[in-house]
Amino acid sequence: MQLVGDRFTAATAHVGNDLSTLPDFPAEIRAPAGTPGGVSAFQIHFASRDILTPGDHPNTLVAMNPAAVKAHLASLQAGGTLIVNEDAFTDANLRKAGYESNPLDDGSVDDYQVYKVPMTTLTTRATDEIEGLKPAEAQRTKNLFALGLISWMYGRPKKETIAWLETKFAKRPAILAGNIAAFKAGYNFGDTTEIAVTQVEVAPAPLEPGEYRNINGANALAMGLIAASVRSGLQLFFASYPITPASELLHHLARHNRFGVRTVQAEDELAAANMALGASFGGKLGVTATSGPGMDLKAETIALAVATELPLIVIDVQRAGPSTGLPTKTEQADLLMAIHGRHGESPLPVIAPSTPAGCFDAAVEAAWIAVRYRTPVILLADTFLVNSSEPWRLPDVGALPEIDPDFAEGPNAGDEFLPYLRDNRGARPWAIPGTPGLQHRLGGLEKEHGSGKVSYSASNHALMTKLRAEKLEKLAEELPPLEVNADEGAELLILGWGSTYGVIGAAARRVRNRGIPVATAQLRHLEPMPTNTGEVVRSFGKVLVPEVNTGQLLSLVRDKFLVDAVGYNKVEGLPILAEELEQAILDTLGEG
Amino acid sequence: MSENGHESNGGGAATLTKADFQSGQETRWCPGCGDYAILNSVQTLMPELGVPPHKTVFISGIGCAGRFVYYMDTYGMHGIHGRAPALATGIATSREDLSVWVVTGDGDSLSIGGNHLIHALRRNVPIKILLFNNQIYGLTKGQYSPTSETGKVTKSTPFGSEDHPFNPLALALGADASFVARTIDVEKQHVRDTLRAAAEHPGAAFVEIYQNCNVFNDGAFDAVRGKGGGPNQIRLEHGQPIRFGEDLEKGVVPSRGGGLEVVDVAEAGERGLVVHDAHVADPSHATALARLTESPNGPTPIGVFRDVERAVYGHERQGELEAAHAGASLAEVDELLRDGDTWVV
Repeated sequence: MQLVGDRFTAATAHVGNDLSTLPDFPAEIRAPAGTPGGVSAFQIHFASRDILTPGDHPNTLVAMNPAAVKAHLASLQAGGTLIVNEDAFTDANLRKAGYESNPLDDGSVDDYQVYKVPMTTLTTRATDEIEGLKPAEAQRTKNLFALGLISWMYGRPKKETIAWLETKFAKRPAILAGNIAAFKAGYNFGDTTEIAVTQVEVAPAPLEPGEYRNINGANALAMGLIAASVRSGLQLFFASYPITPASELLHHLARHNRFGVRTVQAEDELAAANMALGASFGGKLGVTATSGPGMDLKAETIALAVATELPLIVIDVQRAGPSTGLPTKTEQADLLMAIHGRHGESPLPVIAPSTPAGCFDAAVEAAWIAVRYRTPVILLADTFLVNSSEPWRLPDVGALPEIDPDFAEGPNAGDEFLPYLRDNRGARPWAIPGTPGLQHRLGGLEKEHGSGKVSYSASNHALMTKLRAEKLEKLAEELPPLEVNADEGAELLILGWGSTYGVIGAAARRVRNRGIPVATAQLRHLEPMPTNTGEVVRSFGKVLVPEVNTGQLLSLVRDKFLVDAVGYNKVEGLPILAEELEQAILDTLGEG
Repeated sequence: MSENGHESNGGGAATLTKADFQSGQETRWCPGCGDYAILNSVQTLMPELGVPPHKTVFISGIGCAGRFVYYMDTYGMHGIHGRAPALATGIATSREDLSVWVVTGDGDSLSIGGNHLIHALRRNVPIKILLFNNQIYGLTKGQYSPTSETGKVTKSTPFGSEDHPFNPLALALGADASFVARTIDVEKQHVRDTLRAAAEHPGAAFVEIYQNCNVFNDGAFDAVRGKGGGPNQIRLEHGQPIRFGEDLEKGVVPSRGGGLEVVDVAEAGERGLVVHDAHVADPSHATALARLTESPNGPTPIGVFRDVERAVYGHERQGELEAAHAGASLAEVDELLRDGDTWVV
């Protein structure tokens, strides 16, 4: 079903609609079929205007079996369209889904426009003459029938999808023929049948002029890292250990040896982080990526990178925890861990993209900060961001920020080389092995300011602790200010970070449509925060912080700026809905 | 660029000396520690290898052995407990022009870092791993280690350890190590010869060095570490029959169980003795030698157990990748971004 969703998304991007998607699937590879817990769903929101979220309540739900109705009917808009595969509503399937009676007959779906389509039968009929196609394979093509039907409903062109199938199944002619036959059958069924649902035309969205493509966060991160590697002249060294959902990044990067990307699938999370740091020591762009549980394991290496002051990029695709938690569901609950989750005073920059396409810029910026300040940087993405896709106006790669490794080439103090002599940003020299005369030893033991020799001096430790923290203050001065989108007379600021950007915009739009002024701002830099953040949050009477956690940015804002901010929090493994946040805004303003 | 940093020192400049490898940082091991002898041997050997200090990297973990890197005037990193092989993998696979050495201890690489050790050996990463085995935790003041004998009485095991110890060489061989050797801290010439062979080996080299901890585990290796090696030391030499004892009166022959056993040469006859072959592809011979005794109190072989060639991790691709990276332009990045469906608004 994810494949069909991706294909519909591509076709939708192709006709120029704005869009946002929400893939939602179970953690098991072959989850118990036919049960509500095993439903793999794909939600897409598209329009001829700008789209900010995957949508709260779909207008149309295509349910391939009773379990899908059970799992998703509640989210369907009242009066919406429900298209079901009628053939799948057998007694056995109804029982598996937990229905005592057939919801199609017992009044459960009376509030919706219901179209019962015998998809299995029609697919079988469309494919039964294809030579070499096994019955089980023919059965599986019914998803393509559904894709054909909704492609007709929303006027998505057939040509590109057929071309895509031809590439995908080029080596398996019977399966190719079956899929094309099922897809066309679905499309033609819509076109000719008497019980036809209404066809909807969605015109292209008025996007900013430019060249566009559709992109999800995982691919955007991979491309951003490659762009940073080429821009900086540093070979990309990416080490990780398979973990959902961060593995996508390894898969994307492993294909790009054309850019000299070296990927290593390490023996564990600890090794992945150490390999990346070792490569950084050798003068490469060392990157490691993981999801929540892997961050716990990488903490010690991240701290070593803080002590050795070497560039290192750590990407955390956050997922619901604690422990294994909900591996395929989203959450934003690693913020405080990213900032504070190491022993000792261990400061480092933390950044978070706000949109799938924004992952590209965040990856480039992470490299810029890591190299410029000789520091590990944590980039906090999340499950929703890496899986979700949207149209992306392609950037001018020539305008990417300069990333200058500025390797040390000779002595920096008379005849001597002092590895911990800092520049005016507080960054130390990056002298890589192979450079004659600059041999030095790094390590986890505290080092003497300047000389970099092992030092147990109390006053030196206090100085080094201060100098490490000051690098972040210098970085803050270079960051762009926090942008605020404020209506005249707005009393309330809605302050978010990361992937809540879309829903905050959508909820604010709803509130504004009611004639209520509000202000919104999205933090992309969490540590350090832009220098105007305090001023911004103090300039509004009320501050609401929506997060997919129990209040982590909220506690930072209250702590740093002594404002009485309040949170709107949800930890259900899914993004916040616009209507939920709208209500929270109204409640906060006392207008609910 | 040549493999493992083997090249002349800056185009035939001055000959390297031991002093070129001494960092000048004050050495802080306990007086009498076996680490001093090893450091001295390594610093003596390094100039002979012809790799200049700036092309040499020492990586260590945590423990007394971990401090080794601070005393070498090479590039170095004192990493995290157990992780040195992983750090070294990162640098060795991305910089094939460097000679990368790992210094570790029995707690560091056989307890907390066991996983990284076996995977570095399995991959055959071009690094030289020196495991200083003193059969005790020194830096944390005397707890038993994964190589301590069962029944060891320490602060953490007042009634004797219940653990069965690792046999480090058998473990390395089990991980398909392509070079496996053992030497003894005070045997200066033997240490240098063994490490030179390790340096010349193209893949991962694993060298166990018996190292006396005179504070917490003094005398652990006395049965093989005494003057002249004592009656239990077996010096392995490739192509030679395996014999030992003051008058070479003992020898090694195949055992009924498929391994090796010690016999009196007088009884078994010279012709039945096993001839040492470090280059045989099958690791059974080296494994049987590693299993000849489970503690350094019995007849204990030292020298190169196994030295075979197999594909070195990373080497085949790194050159290509570096060339690809060097040739990659922003225009190609632009193409990558435009790969697939795009449309113009």
